[in-house]
Amino acid sequence: MRDMKSEVGYWTFFIIAGIVVFVLLFFHMMIIHMDGLLGIFNPAGGSALDWKNVIYRSHSAFFTTIYIILLAAALYHGFYGLRTILFELGLKKRTQSFITIAVWIIGITLFSVGVFANIAVQTVKAAG
Amino acid sequence: MSNNEKMYDNRLGIIGWLGGGRWGIERYLYIIHRLAGVGVLIFFILHIFEGNLRIFGPEIWNPVMKVMEHPVFKVGELFIIIGFAFHALNGIRLILIELGWAVGKAEEPVYPYKSSLNTQRPLMVIMFLLATLLILAGGFDLMFLGH
Repeated sequence: MRDMKSEVGYWTFFIIAGIVVFVLLFFHMMIIHMDGLLGIFNPAGGSALDWKNVIYRSHSAFFTTIYIILLAAALYHGFYGLRTILFELGLKKRTQSFITIAVWIIGITLFSVGVFANIAVQTVKAAG
Repeated sequence: MSNNEKMYDNRLGIIGWLGGGRWGIERYLYIIHRLAGVGVLIFFILHIFEGNLRIFGPEIWNPVMKVMEHPVFKVGELFIIIGFAFHALNGIRLILIELGWAVGKAEEPVYPYKSSLNTQRPLMVIMFLLATLLILAGGFDLMFLGH
């Protein structure tokens, strides 16, 4: 019964994370992948991936916060989805527990790497 | 799940993942949804490391971005846009259906039975139109205007 409750909790967060990813990635798509059409948040003009535009967004507290939220939500949503696909193979309880622990460790590691970079980039000089 | 609950084998294994049988287009969308999701997840993990190159400054960032302008990466990026657009909009469709939207009101099961599949199908068409619009805009920008 306890396992069932935690599964409902995991699933609810999966759906919430999916909606968060949908909204934030939609803006990411508009800024990065539609830069030629829209050109938003690219003060230096040109490509969204030109260094001056990248460092402008990286030094913004708003974008740093958004990147970290997106990172957490996308990793959770993605790894929960992958876990669900693997569970459908009818795995034994022990294997399921192993996969759950493995995806948590991989997810938290990737999250830490991403957060570290988002903080470390604050000290990188804008000139280039 | 209690300890006494019986575990059922997925006797079809990987075929069970990928086969849709005669379950209709929604069942195949479910398979594509998963494939797109796994593809976007793999890309996202690589993207974390690629994005982290910012910390090494423009000396590293600019040459790497130059490499990313190669047509192979552009085609890859186009696949990511397609995968994301489909997965995101189909995911919203699934959430709406999960919440009971667009499936019609519950009715007495009187013969001839009516399937909610036909009721929810317009939502699928809207999802496809929006995904196509997003793919066309993203693809046009990528191939003709963007980086």
